[in-house]
Amino acid sequence: MAILEARGIVRTYGQVVALDEADFTVEAGEVTALIGDNGAGKSTMVKILSGTEQPEGGSILFKGKEVKLANPADARNLGIETVFQDLALCPHLDAVNNLYLGREVKKKGILGLLGFMNRKEMKEGSVGAFTELGATVRTLTEPVGSMSGGQKQSIAVARSASWASEIIFLDEPTAALGVVQTKNVLEMVKRVRDKGIGVVFISHSMPEVLQVSDRVQVMRRGRRVAVYKTSETSLEELVGTMTGALDEEVV
Amino acid sequence: MSAQTALAHELLDTPRMSMWRRLTRVQAAQIVLVLVVLCVIFSLMAPDAFPTVFNLRSIILNTSIFAVLGVGATLVIITAGIDLSIGSVLVFSSVIGAQVMGAMGAQGWGAAIAGTIASILAGAMWGLINGLLVAKAKVPAFIVTLGTLGAALGLAQVITGGIDLYEIPTVLVDTVGFGNVFAEVPTLTVIAAAICVLGGILLHKTRFGLYTYAVGSNPEACRRVGINVDRQLIWVYVISGTTAGIAGILSVAYFQQTTIGGNSMTALTVIAGVVIGGTSLFGGIGTIFGTVIGLLIPVVLQAGFIIIGVQAYWQGVVVGMFLIGAVYLDGVRRARAFKGSGKKSKPLQVGGLTLRGKEKEG
Repeated sequence: MAILEARGIVRTYGQVVALDEADFTVEAGEVTALIGDNGAGKSTMVKILSGTEQPEGGSILFKGKEVKLANPADARNLGIETVFQDLALCPHLDAVNNLYLGREVKKKGILGLLGFMNRKEMKEGSVGAFTELGATVRTLTEPVGSMSGGQKQSIAVARSASWASEIIFLDEPTAALGVVQTKNVLEMVKRVRDKGIGVVFISHSMPEVLQVSDRVQVMRRGRRVAVYKTSETSLEELVGTMTGALDEEVV
Repeated sequence: MSAQTALAHELLDTPRMSMWRRLTRVQAAQIVLVLVVLCVIFSLMAPDAFPTVFNLRSIILNTSIFAVLGVGATLVIITAGIDLSIGSVLVFSSVIGAQVMGAMGAQGWGAAIAGTIASILAGAMWGLINGLLVAKAKVPAFIVTLGTLGAALGLAQVITGGIDLYEIPTVLVDTVGFGNVFAEVPTLTVIAAAICVLGGILLHKTRFGLYTYAVGSNPEACRRVGINVDRQLIWVYVISGTTAGIAGILSVAYFQQTTIGGNSMTALTVIAGVVIGGTSLFGGIGTIFGTVIGLLIPVVLQAGFIIIGVQAYWQGVVVGMFLIGAVYLDGVRRARAFKGSGKKSKPLQVGGLTLRGKEKEG
């Protein structure tokens, strides 16, 4: 059974129909690639499933039960995390504080009530999270603003992966990265999946999609038009479905 | 697996930067050097007058009230905000404090304590007004606090008819104003130092402090992880108002009167000290320690100039140059630290006003 299922989601922006009764499913322990041309509705779907935007129609089922994601906190409470394209790290804070931002571990007793943090525990937790996922973080104590794009992306993914118990959305996580950094992030994506988390991987790069995903869901003009098993599809088929070229051949 | 374990060890073994290394990395370290050099020069030029207990005592006394204001101002500037109203809030709080003390007969500890509480509450109230307007009404901090700068001073003048109040309890003046805790250590300075230490602990050791940096660094990131950015900003402005309220009562104790006309430059002096001490107007960077050093420099210059017989007016000229140099250095450091992160062209925004560069798109 799918952990998260969107059925017939409708979302319009004025005259523009971004989602036109679109479906989408996320399975546990699986990397689902979400692909589609610009304007196909990928980002809108992610925003709705992460609670950032509200649908006008349709329903969202979490583990078979209908839920309402009124805001990002609702999604987080269900164990759904999102890594946005623009990372959303605090450049002046170090890796540990970024990883734990908003979820700091407090000291025990009265000091904790006064707001003192357990830096040691947070540091050890960070090392655990980074090593488990093979994140390429070189230092825990420098501000992340001075790090490379790949290191920052690793921290952003590690942060979401540490807190996501069910699903993690990755919105074009490799868009700004070099070859080696991209390889590292894709490696992290697989490790997150191996923890049993459902990973939704949004990308424009078909080779990456074929390399990392277990299933591919294709969107076009606000609808999900196809679902493929990655092992049973090809670059040509994906591009053809994305652009609509295949349909026209059939017609 | 062994590679992973090795990495884990490497990360854990990286010591959290020692206090010394962290200090040398901040602008405060360079500014400590400047302060030391200034003191050495003045001491060599006037060995009988500058390095004396009397002179040292008056330098730290003259810095004390500014330092209390500096705690709040540092927090506000770390959030990439600004509080121009602190001088006027100091005046308003001291007027309220003096009025309460006057109404209670202006004698004894009862009146002194009630006046102190009234003064601090009055300051906190202005901070709350600033914070609500900045965080909730989304009016740029520069404008909000420029408005309350005028409003707080105006109300203080309305209340008093523009005439300073002199009915201050003697106990307050004798202990807080002129007393020593021991030997030649002024009570006023000990109170100010305690507030600076508390402010430093709050800023550098607690979650509240971490969120202050985080909100100044990237408010959008904070919202996404569920930090209540508005509440954090409101609290930071309340703290700034509160420290202005404390400074108000200290000022009354020290001068034995309110100083309605004497604080038009206070906010600018304090903000200059905060910035000279290495706190970035861009937000996300700053220390209380740096602020204290940054505030000591103008005072040392003034004392030194008077002692060596240079017109004290030169102090303003030199401090002005320090200020510009400090902001220039901050820009250089930022460019170096964030090179290649694509954030180079972030516009210089102070209190919500874009001072240079393009407004961020989207």
